[in-house]
Amino acid sequence: MAFLDIQNLSIDIDLPAGKLFAVRDISLKLERGQSLGVVGESGSGKSLTALALMRLLPKAANVQADVMGFDGIDLPSVTDGTFGKDILGARISMIFQEPMTSLNPVYSIGRQLTEASVRTGHFTHSQAKSRALDLLARVGIPEPKLRMQQYPHQLSGGQRQRVMIAMALMLEPEVLIADEPTTALDVTVQAQIMDLLSDLRREMGMAMILITHDLAVVSSNVDKIAVMYGGEIVEQGDAAAVLSQPSHPYTRALLNAIPRLDGDARELQAIPGTVPSLMAPPTACVFAPRCAEAKPVCTQHRPPNVGTIAHMRRCILTDDDIAKMVAAVPAVVAERAQVKDDVVLSASHVTRVFQTRTSLFAAKHEIRAVDNVSLDIHRGETLALVGESGSGKSTLSKILLGLDAPTTGSVLLAGEPVTQMQPAKRAGLVQPIFQDPYSSLNPRRTLAEIIARPLVLRGEKSSADNLKSAREMLDMVRLPARLLYSYPSQLSGGQRQRVAIARALITSPKMLICDEPTSALDVSVQAQILTLLGDLQRNLHLTCVIITHDMAVVHQIADRVAVMLSGQIVELGTAHDVFGSPSNSYTKSLLAAAPQFKQDTVLA
Amino acid sequence: MSSVETPDMAEDLPRAPRQIMLDRAKKHGGFLIGATILLSLILIAIFAPLIAPMDPNAQSLSSRMLPPVWTEGGTWDHLLGTDGNGRDYLSRLIFGARISILIGLGAATIGLFIGVTLGVCAGYFGGWVDHAVSFLLTAQLALPGLLLAMALVFIIGPSVLVVICIIGVLHWTYYLVVTRAATQRIRSLDFVAAAQSAGSTPRQVIWHEIIPNLIPQIIVIFTFELGIAILAEASLSFLGVGIQPPTASWGLMIAEGKQAMFYRPWLVILPGLCLFLTVIGANLLGDGLRDITSPEGRN
Repeated sequence: MAFLDIQNLSIDIDLPAGKLFAVRDISLKLERGQSLGVVGESGSGKSLTALALMRLLPKAANVQADVMGFDGIDLPSVTDGTFGKDILGARISMIFQEPMTSLNPVYSIGRQLTEASVRTGHFTHSQAKSRALDLLARVGIPEPKLRMQQYPHQLSGGQRQRVMIAMALMLEPEVLIADEPTTALDVTVQAQIMDLLSDLRREMGMAMILITHDLAVVSSNVDKIAVMYGGEIVEQGDAAAVLSQPSHPYTRALLNAIPRLDGDARELQAIPGTVPSLMAPPTACVFAPRCAEAKPVCTQHRPPNVGTIAHMRRCILTDDDIAKMVAAVPAVVAERAQVKDDVVLSASHVTRVFQTRTSLFAAKHEIRAVDNVSLDIHRGETLALVGESGSGKSTLSKILLGLDAPTTGSVLLAGEPVTQMQPAKRAGLVQPIFQDPYSSLNPRRTLAEIIARPLVLRGEKSSADNLKSAREMLDMVRLPARLLYSYPSQLSGGQRQRVAIARALITSPKMLICDEPTSALDVSVQAQILTLLGDLQRNLHLTCVIITHDMAVVHQIADRVAVMLSGQIVELGTAHDVFGSPSNSYTKSLLAAAPQFKQDTVLA
Repeated sequence: MSSVETPDMAEDLPRAPRQIMLDRAKKHGGFLIGATILLSLILIAIFAPLIAPMDPNAQSLSSRMLPPVWTEGGTWDHLLGTDGNGRDYLSRLIFGARISILIGLGAATIGLFIGVTLGVCAGYFGGWVDHAVSFLLTAQLALPGLLLAMALVFIIGPSVLVVICIIGVLHWTYYLVVTRAATQRIRSLDFVAAAQSAGSTPRQVIWHEIIPNLIPQIIVIFTFELGIAILAEASLSFLGVGIQPPTASWGLMIAEGKQAMFYRPWLVILPGLCLFLTVIGANLLGDGLRDITSPEGRN
């Protein structure tokens, strides 16, 4: 029996609307010291699987498993009390995604680190304290003695995640589950945390389960990979085998949907449709509705598990079928939009200073969010504005949109100062697309009202004409017209982002400013949106400014790149130059930190 | 050529928000009880002249202080008995509902306009507007409400309209606190920035984007204030500075009955029960509305 052995784990959840079959028949094996990457889009059941192992599922969830063994212990037979005392935290430990909310703000770091181990009787108070100090030093927190007395708000996001890691390691667990440990962090911090986790795993001989949606993160950090879709493991095996010979159509589709840093930008192969939520036990292949290789039999029977333990898949395709699929290599993005010489938007020496004061009589405190930025954006080009959180890129985008005025300097839009322009005229020239599709649409309005709103504000045409335009826009972003009178809450994240694009384009603007347009979306949906934006840009001769921290997305779509650091543009050049020979050290570190596939990963 | 097709979605969309709310309303016991109480009360108030068996102000000195029909000495002519002037108590209660509903709705509406206007402005514009409104709020909260109302009614002179206005003007703090916080949250959402970049003026943003999202909270506070305003009127009338005799008002009826309270307890109990039912109904309705309109996943 393996060290951690799960066989046929199923989880269903009672919801008001019925029973949700969230996870079905999952089998995982993990040896001591091994690392397993569980990959899948949101809604694939990967976090639920981990929570089931930790007994942290909501009450409405029912868990069944043929075998759930851990180091020879039959886990279901252990009582909750014993489990909490001897296994949870002591032998199996977990790190969560959101470091900003996973520490309690009213207790000091030291108390949070030591509390559990002292209460469960594993350590005395002084033992716990010295162990915590050692661990804080090990996870790379400077001055651990001082930090022990500090509170979570005095630490940065990366530091908090390090504290979380130290907390998870207090009792030297044998299995560490990390649920998207780096998703909420900046790119350079992400790389440091992943390296730290890998080092610690090797040092302490822990087994690790790394849950993530990012195949690139998995590719360099784990021994085994399990790809989940719709609550099932569709492909599982040694990391090298899965990545170099992906054999389930979903794994292949995922790999083709991810923008990559190596080679030339390839056309992204978006996976149509969305991840299903199953309200009934499936009688067919769960991926069949979105599968390019689907055959009639796929919708009639459950597909079999094929292959060896070293690499298995749940698919009817034979090895020969898969060998044929490899031949189809996606084309390099051939045509870029034509870049003209004329300047659409020109920012010169833009500086934005925020003044804050803690109380009415306290001294003013100045923050230079944007510091002397000059930028020309040419018609038809895509400029990527890259930088980490706090680098001033969002403030700059607000200034470019005319929603905020620079303290000094000026922004000329089509030759006119943007701050003095009539709102209606400005709206016809530049439009935004936001990061979070869940907050960018008014939940109380129908799609028809949302999309047509900019036209209504202009008041130039009749309401019938406006509605007709809204219908055309919906068609342009490839949403069916029957959605016209539905509300945003009825749509998925990708569909909402399409609606936001439709609204932005209805005034036929010359320029779009997209603030992290895909970072809140799953990779397959990201590919849909990026492809849509690319097509629209070519067809409508749009100029795009894309703000992002994802270097692979930049590589995929940008003509030029501007790198921002503490309010200043530290590097500006064509994408080719910046990626090929970055001149600034910060750009170099950004590029080095971006998760990349190993060279042998197949270019499917 | 693009590889993105129209996403093929399941044929049936998730249900519309309105449908979800309707379904929840049908299942919510408290909401249904509260709505029934308030609705029947409003109907009674509107059709009072048709329902009331007698003229509420017709005095009959020969039949004073009659007890209700189920007690010893009660007659079927006066179902709930008569008061000290021989007026039919049931008719007075029915007409009293008119005053209570009128004052409740009127005062809660006046408070709504003041509170929501201030709250939305403070939340949306922030800065010195927010400071000024917050100061106003602190000042209002520091004033003893009932005392101030009594003083004002005394100075201006009591009438139904004056009572409505004064209770309304003194009850807007809940609206302000809630709408201010909600507006601050909503104005930082991306759809407000999208509206601004589409060329909306602040007024258009407030009316089109913010107010619709405040409606659930406003309705809940409205029902809550409805109960409070009805009680405030009863207090004022009881103290003699509210509705003036001979108009029938539940608060006034309690005041008039209090001398005979120990040997004719129904004179106080019956109007008290009416007040109790009305305020309970308003609160149940408000709580129910809060649950029904709350986002998915709460409860």
